[in-house]
Amino acid sequence: MIDVQDLVVSYGTATALEHVTLTVGKGEMVALLGPNGAGKSTLANTLAGLIRPASGTVRVGGRLALIPEGRQLFPDLTVADNLALGGWRSGQRDPSPVYELLPRLAELASRRAGVLSGGEQQMVAFGRAMMSRPDALVVDELSLGLAPAVTADLAAHLAELNRTQGLTVLLIEQNARLAFELCRRAYVLESGRVVTGGDSAELAGDPRVASAYLGGAIT
Amino acid sequence: MSAFLTYLLNGLAVGSAIALIASGLVVIHRVTGVVNFAQGTFAVVAGLCTSSLLGLGVPHGVSEVAAVLAAALAGLLTGLAAVGRPGTSPLSSLIVTLGVGVLAYAVEIVLWGDQPRSAPGLAGSVTLAGARIQTQHLLVIGVAAAAFALLALFFGRTYLGKALTACASNPYAARVVGIDVRRMGLLAFALGGLLGGIAGVLVTPLRPISFDTDVTLIVNGFAAAVFGALTRPVVTLAGALLLGVAETMAAGYGYGAHQLEVALGLMLVVMIVQAGRRPAISQESA
Repeated sequence: MIDVQDLVVSYGTATALEHVTLTVGKGEMVALLGPNGAGKSTLANTLAGLIRPASGTVRVGGRLALIPEGRQLFPDLTVADNLALGGWRSGQRDPSPVYELLPRLAELASRRAGVLSGGEQQMVAFGRAMMSRPDALVVDELSLGLAPAVTADLAAHLAELNRTQGLTVLLIEQNARLAFELCRRAYVLESGRVVTGGDSAELAGDPRVASAYLGGAIT
Repeated sequence: MSAFLTYLLNGLAVGSAIALIASGLVVIHRVTGVVNFAQGTFAVVAGLCTSSLLGLGVPHGVSEVAAVLAAALAGLLTGLAAVGRPGTSPLSSLIVTLGVGVLAYAVEIVLWGDQPRSAPGLAGSVTLAGARIQTQHLLVIGVAAAAFALLALFFGRTYLGKALTACASNPYAARVVGIDVRRMGLLAFALGGLLGGIAGVLVTPLRPISFDTDVTLIVNGFAAAVFGALTRPVVTLAGALLLGVAETMAAGYGYGAHQLEVALGLMLVVMIVQAGRRPAISQESA
């Protein structure tokens, strides 16, 4: 579904991604871990077609939607308008399917997106991405700046969509606990390179990963 | 009393023309974040085109519409120069529009010479409650009112209008959902050209237009647009009407030489007040 081979992305003379290879199978939910500045968001933007690679290939089977880092809503527009614009590619203007999925958004429909709380904004960003009827979803920092309960709620919705509709998900996270909990498989990106990857349980047991991302071994 | 009413009505007409110029500035800034210094040029192009077309015997209506379309084309070309290249910063684009305005002087002088040109508009006048107002003035007020109503509907109610607003609100997010921000910017410039063109066509019968009339037009339009923080059409309209009435009153009561100073003074006061409020605004949007 998402197939990245030997991807190189540079900004001017600086290289952001160096020969990155990763795959996410159809209906799979895979995590990408990494510290700030590792190139995670660059990868997300490249997958979304917003950045052109210097070399390598990115193949996406079907429609891909991105939930960008920091929500990135249209603050001056209402929640309903934010959602409607999410359907720009798919032609879907009516947000009611998303209201069924996330009923809270129906209550917020006429509010300006800029005045909502972080959790509500992330929910709008989630709903906006779903408006494009994606086959694959790239989520850049779902948990960033959100209370654990809010993150858990959104994560539950994500897992449910994956289970019931076969939505392919690439979850880009700094919160390794959340990532390992949701995804069976994960990659670790550091300084623009994939340094390790594999089964989440095995990665969680890797002392290097555990000390860098879990603050010590999982007990 | 009737003199006051006459000044008021004439002032509203002058303000309506200013509002049309300002609305073009607002549309372009709202979508692209660029302050378009070539906005007055669009009105000049339309005014000079009407004058030429009518001179060639092209009938009324056809001449005016063709002139407005020419101004829209000028807007599109300015847009191509200013925001056509992806990744141009709004500040660089602003400088480009300034350059386009200066280049336009040369083109206009080659095509039309440097002498002011006029064009006949609607003849006659109407008496309202003892105040005489030229029919052309009424036309300006009517067209400006209709243009603002249509703009409000377009940006507030239509999907395309909201997509245009989204480009200014968060250009990155607009790209994330698949909106072609560059194309929307060009559309905004064409729309700005169209609005400037309408203003030019309406103003030319009231005051002769020459290549450098754009300075007066842009100063007035800019004063009104700044009043609306370059983003709010309704406040811009109010600012333009206030400015038009203030200028006409100043002229009517014997300070005719100081019309431009009234506009500049008002702009300065508004900018100082806005600058004081700026920190609060940017905090809110952060």
